[in-house]
Amino acid sequence: MLTVNDINVYYGAIHAIKGVSFQVNDGEVVTLIGANGAGKSTILNTVCGLLHTRTGSIQFLDKNLASVPPHKVVELGMAHVPEGRRIFQQMTVEENLEMGAYTQPRASVDPNLERVYQQFPRLKERRKQVAGTLSGGEQQMLAMGRGLMSNPKLLMLDEPSMGLAPILVEQIFDIVKSLHKAGVTILLVEQNARMALSVADRGYVLETGKIVATGTGDDLLHNEAVKKAYLGG
Amino acid sequence: MSFLNNVITGVSLGSIYAIIALGYTMVYGIAKMLNFAHGDVIMVGAYVCFFVMSGAAGLSPQAAVLASVGAVLLAAVVCTALGIVIERLAYKPLRSAPSLAVLITAIGVSYLLQNSAQLLWGADTKTFRPIVEGSLVLIPGQLSISYVAVLSIVCCVVVMAALTAFTGGTKLGKAMRACSEDKAAAQLMGIDVNATISMTFAIGSALAALAGVLMCSAYPVLSPTTGSLPGIRAFTAAVFGGIGSVPGALLGGILLGVIETFAKAYISTDLSDAVVFAVLIIVLLVKPAGLMGRYVPEKV
Repeated sequence: MLTVNDINVYYGAIHAIKGVSFQVNDGEVVTLIGANGAGKSTILNTVCGLLHTRTGSIQFLDKNLASVPPHKVVELGMAHVPEGRRIFQQMTVEENLEMGAYTQPRASVDPNLERVYQQFPRLKERRKQVAGTLSGGEQQMLAMGRGLMSNPKLLMLDEPSMGLAPILVEQIFDIVKSLHKAGVTILLVEQNARMALSVADRGYVLETGKIVATGTGDDLLHNEAVKKAYLGG
Repeated sequence: MSFLNNVITGVSLGSIYAIIALGYTMVYGIAKMLNFAHGDVIMVGAYVCFFVMSGAAGLSPQAAVLASVGAVLLAAVVCTALGIVIERLAYKPLRSAPSLAVLITAIGVSYLLQNSAQLLWGADTKTFRPIVEGSLVLIPGQLSISYVAVLSIVCCVVVMAALTAFTGGTKLGKAMRACSEDKAAAQLMGIDVNATISMTFAIGSALAALAGVLMCSAYPVLSPTTGSLPGIRAFTAAVFGGIGSVPGALLGGILLGVIETFAKAYISTDLSDAVVFAVLIIVLLVKPAGLMGRYVPEKV
């Protein structure tokens, strides 16, 4: 579904992503793990077009994304739930979800809303509430729901567990699992490596802009080097 | 009675300021820039209307009404196009430039418009033919209200209602609010941010044309610098009400118009601007984000 081939990304003179290649197949949950500053979010932002590659290519559903502006990527079937959630704080929960369906035909907005409300009953209760007044966990649910409103073929989640209490982290990962079961392809970026690997089919370990290890979720979970570096021994 | 007359004058002048202030505040909300050329778009709108109305002199009353409507529409169309072109050529290339560069560019565009007007239409002051004349007498000899004032207030109410419905109830309007909150996140939703900014300039400029016509109908003199002072006052009104806030622009505009009129009537004509700014400073000392603006702390 998504093939990233040897991309190099720079922030000015800083070489942030150094020749990274990976792929996400249909129906998979793939995770990119690594420490703060390893380049995980940079990769997602590059895939969705907010940042540009200097060399290398990104193919999504057999289409080269190089010349596709970020607002067109959504139409191709990719939804990005960004780091820090980035919900529209001053708009209501329902308006946020409507914005998620911006590229969708009018007729599919209501069925999508129903589907998202079914997935996140909490959001339905708060649909008229201004989004900025939601709790952190609810805001994360809203960000994910907003991403799902475009019926994405690929959902990219950037640090969905960031800043959440352990019980909420569990909840968020349960949702990831159920989305996976429902057939959504997911690219998951996480600092919480143990959690991420436990739900992922495959994972890539990122270190200062390079992929240093790859394998199935289980393999990486039991890999000694990964354990030492990211899972606390 | 003179008190009531002053209230009417103040509110109608304030309505015009409010319509101009909307342009400042919407553009600021979405592009985070002060479009100092906004006042000069008003002037261009007024000139377009002036030429149509001059051409229409001596028509039958029915035809004159049509001419007035046509003049306003043409002014709005010209200014909308002008607003889009200005944004495209002058501001869009600076989207990620430091805000000072954008500010200086806006001042440059302002002078460019004034000087172009001077070159095209001359520096002399022209006598504007109002789009409506006469007044509604409420108490003979004591209290009357000019039709221009009525029209200004009506326009302001209609514009406010339309904008509120647009931003609250339509997909494009909501997209505009989304862009003004977070452009990157809006892009991730599939919203074309550049097109949305263009649309905002278009709306603001059409409103500027309307304001220009109303203002010159109320105070019928027109020169290439006609737009600059009302522009600055309306900008003040936008800050007064809380820049970025649509209801704030309405409140700020009306208050500014009323304060200015009262200062002229009861304090001093020469000092009216000083009084307006003194009030502004006091308001900002107490409410730094303006009357209806919200103070957003920087997130770290």
